Amino acid sequence: MSSVRQRDFLRRMPSASNDLRQRRSFWQAIHLDPLLLGLLIVLTMGGMWVLYSASEGSLRMVQRQATFFGLAYLGMFAVAQIRLSLISRWALVLYLGGVCLLIAVIFFGVGAKGAQRWLSLGGFRFQPSEIMKLAMPIAIAAYLSGKTLPPKFKHVFWSLVLVAIPTVLIVRQPDLGTSILVAISGIIVLFYSGLSWRYILSAITLLGASIWPMWAYVLRDYQRQRVLTLFNPESDPQGAGWNIIQSKTAIGSGGVSGKGWLEGTQSHLNFLPESHTDFIIAVFAEELGFIGVLLLLGLYLLIVMRGFMIAVNAQDSFRRLLAGSITLTFFIYVFVNVGMVSGLLPVVGVPLPLVSLGGTSLVTLMIGFGLLMAISTEQRLVVNK
Amino acid sequence: MQELEHFKDHHREATIFNGRVIFTMLLVLSMLGVLLSRYYNLQVVNYETYATQSDNNRILVQTIHPKRGLIFDVNGELLADNRPSYALSLTPENIPNVSQTIETLQRLIDISDDDIQRFYKSLKSGRRPYQAVPLRYRLTEEEIALIAVNEYRLPGIEVEAQLVRSYPSPFLFAHTVGYVGKINDREWNRFTEEEQARYKGLPTIGKIGLEKYYENELFGTTGFQHVEINARMRVLRTLEREPPVPGKDLHLHLDRRLQETAYRAMEGRRGSVVAIDVKTGGVLAMLSTPTYDTNLFVTGISHKDYDALTDSLDLPLFDRSIQGTYPPASTIKPAFGLVGLDSKTITTSHRIFDPGYFKLENDDRLYRDWKRTGHGWVNVHKAIVQSSDTFFYDMAYRTGIDTLHRYGKMFGLGERTDVDLPNERSGLWPSREWKQANKGIPWFPGDTINVGIGQGDAAATPLQLAVMTATLANRGVRLRPQLVKAMNNEPIAPKVVSRMDNVSDRHWNVIHKAMHDVIHASNGTGRRISRNLSYEMAGKTGTAQVVGIKQGEEYDSAALRERHRDHALFIGFAPYKNPQIAISIVVENGEAGSSAAAPVARKMFDAHLLGEYLSKEPPKVVQKLGVQP
Repeated sequence: MSSVRQRDFLRRMPSASNDLRQRRSFWQAIHLDPLLLGLLIVLTMGGMWVLYSASEGSLRMVQRQATFFGLAYLGMFAVAQIRLSLISRWALVLYLGGVCLLIAVIFFGVGAKGAQRWLSLGGFRFQPSEIMKLAMPIAIAAYLSGKTLPPKFKHVFWSLVLVAIPTVLIVRQPDLGTSILVAISGIIVLFYSGLSWRYILSAITLLGASIWPMWAYVLRDYQRQRVLTLFNPESDPQGAGWNIIQSKTAIGSGGVSGKGWLEGTQSHLNFLPESHTDFIIAVFAEELGFIGVLLLLGLYLLIVMRGFMIAVNAQDSFRRLLAGSITLTFFIYVFVNVGMVSGLLPVVGVPLPLVSLGGTSLVTLMIGFGLLMAISTEQRLVVNK
Repeated sequence: MQELEHFKDHHREATIFNGRVIFTMLLVLSMLGVLLSRYYNLQVVNYETYATQSDNNRILVQTIHPKRGLIFDVNGELLADNRPSYALSLTPENIPNVSQTIETLQRLIDISDDDIQRFYKSLKSGRRPYQAVPLRYRLTEEEIALIAVNEYRLPGIEVEAQLVRSYPSPFLFAHTVGYVGKINDREWNRFTEEEQARYKGLPTIGKIGLEKYYENELFGTTGFQHVEINARMRVLRTLEREPPVPGKDLHLHLDRRLQETAYRAMEGRRGSVVAIDVKTGGVLAMLSTPTYDTNLFVTGISHKDYDALTDSLDLPLFDRSIQGTYPPASTIKPAFGLVGLDSKTITTSHRIFDPGYFKLENDDRLYRDWKRTGHGWVNVHKAIVQSSDTFFYDMAYRTGIDTLHRYGKMFGLGERTDVDLPNERSGLWPSREWKQANKGIPWFPGDTINVGIGQGDAAATPLQLAVMTATLANRGVRLRPQLVKAMNNEPIAPKVVSRMDNVSDRHWNVIHKAMHDVIHASNGTGRRISRNLSYEMAGKTGTAQVVGIKQGEEYDSAALRERHRDHALFIGFAPYKNPQIAISIVVENGEAGSSAAAPVARKMFDAHLLGEYLSKEPPKVVQKLGVQP
């Protein structure tokens, strides 16, 4: 990795540093991207507003969420101050540490409903798989940016090994949803590094061919049930299909303009399950209607666009790959959640980013945005025209 | 070259990356497009469907059953009441193990296999989640206490109160008031959709008697309310409410004290007593014995009780008053006397000699009088007072069946009286056409002769006999017999069915006098009941031959012999001048009308006219007619 830095050094222009020092703004000084921050705050506020309704006007729950957000923004701010070069240097350590924690889950993990996903450290519980959501793209980006891009087969292979290890560990917990998302965050880096379309197409073909063996041997009963219920929720209206039927009813009955804030009957009369966590978009859609959904998705789109802008303007491959992966992964969370609640995708436990009630995932997401901010505001060695 | 490959081409990397970002940006936009089209489809295209589904989720239409109308006797004494009854219900969603809970409950209180079967049946039929299903009805105080004590360890059980029909005098009014009972599958399937909505969730419907005949009036109008519920079926608020209209209260002509008098007078006998108000056609008493406890039916009769009722030789469920058909026998004679006079077959002074039999001129067959030695010279008065068969054989023969049939109709014979009760039978008043149609053979003169003394094919219900008697007392004005006097305090007007205005009063006087002398003359067949009589009455005894024993049925010989005896009949009205009450008595296998039936009539007259009821209890007046509750 040190050779990379030397090559960067070769490209440094003698007069650049002076120019940059003069142009440093307030936002750059505190390492925050004002546009991204503004969008995140709007989304956060809107999310808490809907959460207030989804939790039956429980201020206690909103306060809890506000506390998490406080921590998350603090985490974001702290991470934004870290130099990317430091992160790149410690990427492998971070990755190995995450894997170790995942292994620890197998032996010391706690959990519920037949799944062992948590580590408990002196009363504080957290999911190591959350760490992996960031450690994975950092590690792959760091690894690949040290090679010439597009990556050669050898590097693709090792990257895939890096992706596979934590993925398998998380599948075993079992937590299929998270493992897929973690794997995707790594594969996205590969994709952005310029992975040949030939590989991509053959991988897609291979994936298509492996659907049947996956179905028959890998998926567990409850996971199969979820997929089956997705395609025909009416087959079990009282049981597994209940969630989907009720969330579709909530969304559909919202109509164009919605039933009004605090007026959603599906959520307030408890027909909608998980209304303040994974299914909160159904509350949103029921109370604020299609217009509300349009605004929400528009907001997500703006965040994603800002993320991509940061990625495109980043000064080297590591930063580009990392920013691209964080941004696209964020969007995939949105897509999976909004899709699953409306019955397009199977119900995997993915919360709606920055809106659903939830602690650790919130912190992880905001730390991801902290990385984006760091990339966005880093003092540049090269001025891009 | 090998070395060069280790140098990174930053520009190329950035270009590749930018291309990929553009690609993913397009991907993001198209994925958003997919999501938006999905939400557009749900929220805009299929809005109606989901809005309806959402309302169906939260809005429950509850039927509110109206309070069933009460039934009072003429004095305002309750005959049918609504009383709270407690039922045990289970909400399966709140019970971890239903069969185990039932087992536990069985150890506490009595739960029959029938109850359990019924429970599982209604559990399987259309039910919303969290809707309670009844398991046991009619809990006693003790059972309620036992359940209450153990409730903490039996989640999902509850005791609910509901109004259940109750009959304070179940035996006296079994056939008249009748009873309500559980709606069975056959009845349910016959219901129209509207009726199903009306009876939804209600276990009972009028099965027989007034409860059935006036079902619509007693039921009232079902109300509805739309309530908002949550997913656990908890009612949060009422959105819309259409209150039920309570059923109408019925005040009857029936008098509990008179009914009880009939019941006591008939103690141990099978038969029927019908008393009619001559002026209005109101039915004052109507009893069929033996009778039974109607309260058994309300929440479902047990197999044992039901079998006991249906297996009894005495047929307690059978309403003899309107379904039993008996030969009128000699009780037909006063009416026939009038037919003879009015059709000018006989005159008041017309006499024949009665040698103890009647014989057609070119026929060897003898039609015997009940009195072997005969009554000697007989006119219409003596023929009624002493019940001469020969006189009426001769008169009927000369009158002919067509005339007899025509007049019989005027007295209401052979057709339903149209009383306000279900399942009334019309009896049989024979005619040429009837015989040809039903037996396929022509009418013979001998048939007419048998009809002349109320035998042969002639058959009438006790109610028809009472109507005939009232018509006699009323000088031909026939009123529809009516049990209900007023509905919700609105009186029901008497209804004249037919009148005989052309019959001369002189002829009526002759017949009335003859009926008077049946009781009051020293040679009258009913003289026995005239002892210590403080008022005058008119009557006629009758003794009907029993022909109705079915072949091949195995009865024990003593019972068979008893059931072969003649039926004892009596009709009468009182007071003789200005008649108020007309009566018919049938005592099955009572042998002689004068000894078995007439004394019952005397007791009824004494009760109604003198207030000498055979009832120890004064009327418990709850709601007098004409007084607003």
